[in-house]
Amino acid sequence: MVEVKTAEELNKKFLREGMWPTIFCNGCGHGVVLEYTFWALEELGWDMDKTMFASGIGCSSRLPGYINADGLHTTHGRAIAFATGIKAADPDFNVIVFTGDGDCAGIGGNHFIHAARRNIDMTVIMINNFIYGMTGGQLAPTAPLGSIATTAPYGNIEHPFDICELAKALGANYVARWPVSHPYQPIKSIKEGLQKKGFSLLEFLAPCPTAYGRRNKLGDIKKHWAWYDDNTILIEDYDKIMKYGSVKEKEEVKDKMQIGVFQDIQKPGFFELYDQLMERLKVEENKKREGKK
Amino acid sequence: MIEVKDDWCKGCNICIDRCPVDALEESDKLNKRGIRPPQLKKENECNYCRYCELICPDLAISVIPDEDIKKVEKKTLLSPVGGIKK
Repeated sequence: MVEVKTAEELNKKFLREGMWPTIFCNGCGHGVVLEYTFWALEELGWDMDKTMFASGIGCSSRLPGYINADGLHTTHGRAIAFATGIKAADPDFNVIVFTGDGDCAGIGGNHFIHAARRNIDMTVIMINNFIYGMTGGQLAPTAPLGSIATTAPYGNIEHPFDICELAKALGANYVARWPVSHPYQPIKSIKEGLQKKGFSLLEFLAPCPTAYGRRNKLGDIKKHWAWYDDNTILIEDYDKIMKYGSVKEKEEVKDKMQIGVFQDIQKPGFFELYDQLMERLKVEENKKREGKK
Repeated sequence: MIEVKDDWCKGCNICIDRCPVDALEESDKLNKRGIRPPQLKKENECNYCRYCELICPDLAISVIPDEDIKKVEKKTLLSPVGGIKK
């Protein structure tokens, strides 16, 4: 059995306590994601000297600074590109990318697409709070229709970006989305995503009471956290209702966000295929040399 | 028993709202930020499910089961969060 720990022991192991407490606002969901990652890492028992974190710009990208391991705080949207570089330099490193919705889906969308397409062995933890929180509440590409932001004062008319569907279509090995308001499913999901060889995406729906909740009249912290319970539905339930449900039931769940594990497959990753290619070329090269002799 | 690092707490009260047995309340003392960190109620039904420990955004809460008082403990789904091994 794994040795059991309390949060305090966990903090001593993983947290850079000099950086604590966080800069996050009261009621923010980012700290919770950090804690879930700690519990998942604790269960896996990974060597933190062989684990690297990368992040871009934004609230979520401050997370590697709080972890007592090596990390890269890179340019806006380029976290996944830098993470690919780490993996290419030394494939023994476990690479975890913390990124936000503006960082991953907005400015770094193309890096994300191509990392998922190449199936590079990394875990991307995308924290989606529907807004650019750090820079003052500009509209993010994942914001639902009709939401208010400083750059959309009369309501958003752009259709939101479903990053999980995109990753699924690109054939990422592990795709899951969870709200931060329930602990057990996300911890299990992070663990599975970290263990998975190949690209895994974990999207977290995190509350942002300061920039998003306040403008969209979602109420205080308690109501804002409850909003995520009321407006999400498990993918299995959603599929069943869409198949067998009545018209009224379908109408009720139509606009809710689907959560759960969307994809869990095992495709060969980029570096596995690269190693195979090198072996094949070496064999061919040796054959040629023998022929010349 | 729960241990709260007072100066880490930002007073979001998520632990108080989400406790399944409603065992937490705001304490009387103020911390250096000027907010009231949570504490266990005097009469509580805490079963050491460790939900508050897991959901705290500032990692300020640790749950330590009392050894002398025998209560029904709730088994949690994950092994490392299931309480101190005796």
